[in-house]
Amino acid sequence: MADGRPENVVIDIHGLTKRFGDKTVVDDVSLDVRRGEIVGFLGPNGSGKTTTIRMICGLLRPDGGSGTCLGLDILRDADRIKRQVGYMTQRFSYYEDLTIRENLDFVARIYDLPDRVAVVKRTLERLGLYQRRDQLAGALSGGWKQRLALAASVMHQPKLLLLDEPTAGVDPQARREFWDEIHDLATDGLTVLVSTHYMDEAERCHRIIYIAYGKIVARGTVDEVIQSSSLSTMIVSGRDVGAIAKAVRDQPGVEQVAPFGNDLHVVGPDPALLKTAVEAALAASGSDAVATAGETSLEDVFIRLMQTAQAADQPGNGKAKGEASP
Amino acid sequence: MSAGFSLSRVAALMVKEFIQMRRDRLTFAMIIGIPIIQLVLFGYAINLDPKRLPTLIVAADSGPASRAIVAAMEASGYFQIAPGLASEAEANEALIDGSASYVVTVPAGFERDLVRGTRPQLLVEADATDPAATTNALGALPQILASALKRELTGPLTTQQSVPAAVELVIQRRYNPEGITAYNIVPGLLGTILTMTTILMTALALTREIERGTMENLMAMPATPFEIMIGKIVPYIGFGLVQVAVILVCAQILFHVPMMGSFAVLLGVTFLFIGCNVTLGYTFSTIARNQMQAMQMTFFWFLPSILLSGFMFPFRGMPDWAQVIGSALPITHYIRSVRGIMLKGSGPADLVGEIWPLVAFWLAVGTLALFRYRRTLD
Repeated sequence: MADGRPENVVIDIHGLTKRFGDKTVVDDVSLDVRRGEIVGFLGPNGSGKTTTIRMICGLLRPDGGSGTCLGLDILRDADRIKRQVGYMTQRFSYYEDLTIRENLDFVARIYDLPDRVAVVKRTLERLGLYQRRDQLAGALSGGWKQRLALAASVMHQPKLLLLDEPTAGVDPQARREFWDEIHDLATDGLTVLVSTHYMDEAERCHRIIYIAYGKIVARGTVDEVIQSSSLSTMIVSGRDVGAIAKAVRDQPGVEQVAPFGNDLHVVGPDPALLKTAVEAALAASGSDAVATAGETSLEDVFIRLMQTAQAADQPGNGKAKGEASP
Repeated sequence: MSAGFSLSRVAALMVKEFIQMRRDRLTFAMIIGIPIIQLVLFGYAINLDPKRLPTLIVAADSGPASRAIVAAMEASGYFQIAPGLASEAEANEALIDGSASYVVTVPAGFERDLVRGTRPQLLVEADATDPAATTNALGALPQILASALKRELTGPLTTQQSVPAAVELVIQRRYNPEGITAYNIVPGLLGTILTMTTILMTALALTREIERGTMENLMAMPATPFEIMIGKIVPYIGFGLVQVAVILVCAQILFHVPMMGSFAVLLGVTFLFIGCNVTLGYTFSTIARNQMQAMQMTFFWFLPSILLSGFMFPFRGMPDWAQVIGSALPITHYIRSVRGIMLKGSGPADLVGEIWPLVAFWLAVGTLALFRYRRTLD
């Protein structure tokens, strides 16, 4: 992993804030990303992930805060940042009424790439789309559209790649291939900031940042984030987990109860209290199910983070103030 | 359950439709604005019987009779006589550049011949490019002449009154001697068709990117607002020029509209005009939030362009305020230029008064578009 020398700091922002009307969407966000890192950006819908990414690449003007991206000031040098950043939007944003080749050609021209025809041909071949180059981009399936978008956004060899929920609605195999590609690019020195909702994708990142209600509430490696939550998990296996779920939900020391097929994951902050609660529920239901200690998953941690952030956000919530303008 | 007719389902659709209509403020403004504007334009601005048309007098003779005729013409309301006299050359130029609609020439020996009763000629030349603008005035002319002479030819000359016409009125309909409407309409159509199509094309240019979600990507790429504007309008200038070629060929084949001037001048003016339109359309698309609004704005612009440009109704027949609005529209200057080039053979020097407003308009909307273009998604 890259060290902290200035040339290795790709994103370095402090106190970034963005308001839409009364609502503070991004609130005092600071983050740093080093060269070659793949950083996962996680958080519930509307937590400010997209807004933060857009501010980093100059698509939105921050209301507060400062920072650099690739050593350039995000407030003043947006135009120069754009040249060195690849941005893949949440929604497919290439031209559906242009063919695959025409889209790549367009991008190559916009970035003024030397030897354009060869670059486009190489990109098509690497994508495995050379045979289908004259197909309209709109006719591609979700997975192929996403691969095309990725190829188009790295064609100018950016130093930083910003991906906004790149794999939403894409099948597991396509997602895996996509992530293999991302890792290949990172190995070559590309830095990646990727927002996602998928836990397995979060686990493929070097580091994750969890944002809720515009504030960063957790950061670190996956293990660090799980550790810092200090949650314990009990797994109840057997029949009738539905009835047990109802019984255990209101027990003291139980925070989350989630059925996974024939298993029931019960999560709480205090291991002893959790064990007592689960055993009490088992005894009360008269079930023959067995409870064992389990691993706390990233998902459990995220749901906890979301709930605590929500609780913290409610009292002074901007949403309560007045109506939004029509 | 799905068959039959459910008032509740209809109500659901109606309520939704009303809510959406109310949210789209521009549409709402159009619903109110268009009828009002149409009423005002049709009610006040349009006048099929234009009065006070600029008239020059070229007099080789002067006397009580010719003065009486000129005074009667002015009194009729149709003619606005320019003070002083013009030379023949000046008068000709004024007809070509459109600053005069009529030239009245009083020949040498007019008064003497009138007294002698040898029926002197009075030459009235009219700019007949727009037959609608000149027909009424020319129709009224014999009557005006007769009553003027009736007052003038008194005493010993009363006998002359009995002669059906003491003066031979010679009317020359210049540039369109047969008063063929198509000669006037075709240049006008060129302007209106181009206005409609080219503005609409570019008005959709940015809003389409926004609606399809491609705008965000475009903004994240290193293209400057000026580059985007140029890239978006130039193809449509080409598109407009193709349209012009089609219209001109048809005009020639179907209507035999003459081409007195040069194609190069026509091309130059057309380029300016299309440039104005595509840039205006682009400006619309920086203001509109979706394609629907962009289309409405285009329509909104199209209305005065048809009514106040002199295309459908004589420009000089409109009240001053409507002429001011009309003069701000590029199509007004374009139609005048095309009529001038095709029917009168006007050259660049004759068209200076029409060219500079086009250039000024283009620069103004171009600047506005760059100013309006949002570089961020804020």
